[in-house]
Amino acid sequence: MTLEITTIAPAELHAEMLRLKEERKMDYLRNLIGMDWGEEGLGVIYMLESSETGETANLKTLTADRENPCIPTVSDIWDIANIYEREVFDYFGIKFLNNPDMRRLFLREDWVGYPLRKDDKPEQENPLRMDDEPLADTTTEYFLREDGTLASRQHTIFAPEDYVVNVGPQHPSTHGVLHMRVKLDGETVRKIEPVLGYIHRGIEKISESLTYPQMLAMTDRLDYLSAMQNRHAMCMCIEKAMELEVTPRIQYIRTIMDELQRIASHLIYYACMTMDTGALTAFFYTFREREMLCKIFEDNFGGRLIMNYNTIGGVQYDILPDFARQVKEFCQALRKRFHEYQDIYTTNIIAQQRMIGVGTLSLDEVISRGVTGPSGRASGWHNDVRKRHPYALYDQVEFNEIIRTEGDTNARHWNRMDEILESLHIVEQLIDNIPEGEYQVKRKPIIKLPEGDFYQAVESSRGEFGVFIESKGDKSPYRVHFRSNGLPLVGAMDAACRDQKFADLIAIGASMDFVIPDIDR
Amino acid sequence: MALIRKPKIKSIPYEDFKDNESLEQLIDQLNEKGTNVIVTTADQLINWGRSNSVWPMNFGTSCCAIELMAMGAARFDMARFGFEVTRTSPRQADLILVCGTITNKMAPVLRRLYDQMADPKYVIAIGGCTISGGPFTKSYHVVKGVDQILPVDVYVPGCPPRPEAFYYGMMQLQRKMKIENYLGTVNAKQKDEHKQEAQALQQKILNEEQEA
Ligand code: SF4
Repeated sequence: MTLEITTIAPAELHAEMLRLKEERKMDYLRNLIGMDWGEEGLGVIYMLESSETGETANLKTLTADRENPCIPTVSDIWDIANIYEREVFDYFGIKFLNNPDMRRLFLREDWVGYPLRKDDKPEQENPLRMDDEPLADTTTEYFLREDGTLASRQHTIFAPEDYVVNVGPQHPSTHGVLHMRVKLDGETVRKIEPVLGYIHRGIEKISESLTYPQMLAMTDRLDYLSAMQNRHAMCMCIEKAMELEVTPRIQYIRTIMDELQRIASHLIYYACMTMDTGALTAFFYTFREREMLCKIFEDNFGGRLIMNYNTIGGVQYDILPDFARQVKEFCQALRKRFHEYQDIYTTNIIAQQRMIGVGTLSLDEVISRGVTGPSGRASGWHNDVRKRHPYALYDQVEFNEIIRTEGDTNARHWNRMDEILESLHIVEQLIDNIPEGEYQVKRKPIIKLPEGDFYQAVESSRGEFGVFIESKGDKSPYRVHFRSNGLPLVGAMDAACRDQKFADLIAIGASMDFVIPDIDR
Repeated sequence: MALIRKPKIKSIPYEDFKDNESLEQLIDQLNEKGTNVIVTTADQLINWGRSNSVWPMNFGTSCCAIELMAMGAARFDMARFGFEVTRTSPRQADLILVCGTITNKMAPVLRRLYDQMADPKYVIAIGGCTISGGPFTKSYHVVKGVDQILPVDVYVPGCPPRPEAFYYGMMQLQRKMKIENYLGTVNAKQKDEHKQEAQALQQKILNEEQEA
């Protein structure tokens, strides 16, 4: 099942996109993927979806000019496009006309070349630079003059008189190496500029030189708190391309593992959230339960954090005979102790005052900014991939999509808390009925995908995670793109934190629950 | 006079450590220079205290850092060894735990954090990424081993290493600290070229400020 992609000329792109948004209500830009098609030129693939009807549309556009590739921007139609286009500019050097912010996203500003172009040799011109990185206070906008020539103008991000504070890249509460430049007015946040790329490992580029089974190892290390789901997405994408059916037993195991992973992730979320808001004791509560999960993971497949469990056409090992007992014990223990989390933290008046009504995002904002997962659902957007595009066993089990409409930190927090219970509910439905059968289906040792474009999304612990593969029929993919679930979350920080207090920035960031290696990829 | 002996670590006998050769080499080197009885006895007391209250700075960039969190929690409990006071400021730390991939963009930041730490300071490289680039050695944006930018004392392999492996590495560091000649060597100004560079830079900035 390859993706159907309509080709469209750059000149007509903007009008067509506007029409799709207005007439067919394509208000969610799922992906914006930069491509290098060699001789044919450089281009972009757009994947759209309507949040109302669930319809999807895929378009592509390309330009043959490799010296000065220009494509009109869509950042005025979807807010998230701004950051996506910066990514494509960083990787391929495609200039998006009329995008007000054409800076690199991940790499240093003095980086030479565009690493994802097929003819670029990034290592040669970019030795390890040990001097401080330059950070410009202005951005460039490219546009076409009336006579068709390319021109640029500058915009200011921070004026010389602005008071700017750096949070990160080494800061205990940014959950990794995120760097935010925050413009303050007294205690009030006026603007946030995320600086990304401190953990940009170039996974998409590395994948192009790996075979499909080798590539799997990369997915676990993107968002390591969704290791299982990420790898599941990659395996499903490859299986879809190979038209490989997996047995019910595999589906059961995968679904259960995905949900256990989600619980583990939300438990860590709770620990981080409490730590960031100053409640250190609460951290020990959820780590106690998480260790039980780690034990189950470790017994069954040897990894505590990074499991390397799913493979193409199945899972690496069969589950142990007492897996079901262990999981049931865990479920019981967690249900029994769940109220303790709320007693010690969530119902605490200080915690509530830091969460209720703070960092509100509206429904339009989350859709336009592509904020999926529990954070998006806290603003009332029904975006659960398990409901939208069911995979594995999610169309057979009964579970609720947790929706809140307040859109504040409290709603995001409670969404995750409720999802823990919902995941337990899913696991309990499945755990007693795991059918007998193969845990790995037979497949050829060397995997070659047919030509085409393939996409598979899953609901990872913090939103839609997608794998896009373009294959030319070889052992390695031509291009791999991962839809990061965290990048939109960081993109939304500015909207969520504006006019809030500086201390609340930390709590809002914690409630977004981003994992930086997944953002930077 | 040779006075520095085998370092003792509670609950693990000396013979059970896998790589005693490197430690013995270090001891020989120190003994060669000759030691002063009073200084050495004082050293041992100081080192006993130092090695049992190592304050690490948790510099976690990715996956390995989550295992570090697990180490802080109840099951693995860092406090048993005196490591529990993790600091987030380099100024208060004795040790930097480099957990996770270090990219080209992060390298200068890491180096600066290291320069900001007070002597004596130590570095533990945790996980495949910090040792050699790990799964990402093919990448254009990953430093292939932090030893390119920092002097590493102990390497802990794994992806991620198990908490037990962390502790093994930490104990190795404790042993190293225990045999060190604290007075006169370790706490004296180190001739580190990076440090001199940093000091020159600092001086330059100061001069510029004064002029302005
Ligand atoms: S060594 Fe493995 S677990 Fe550790 S940071 Fe690198 S990829 Fe992640």
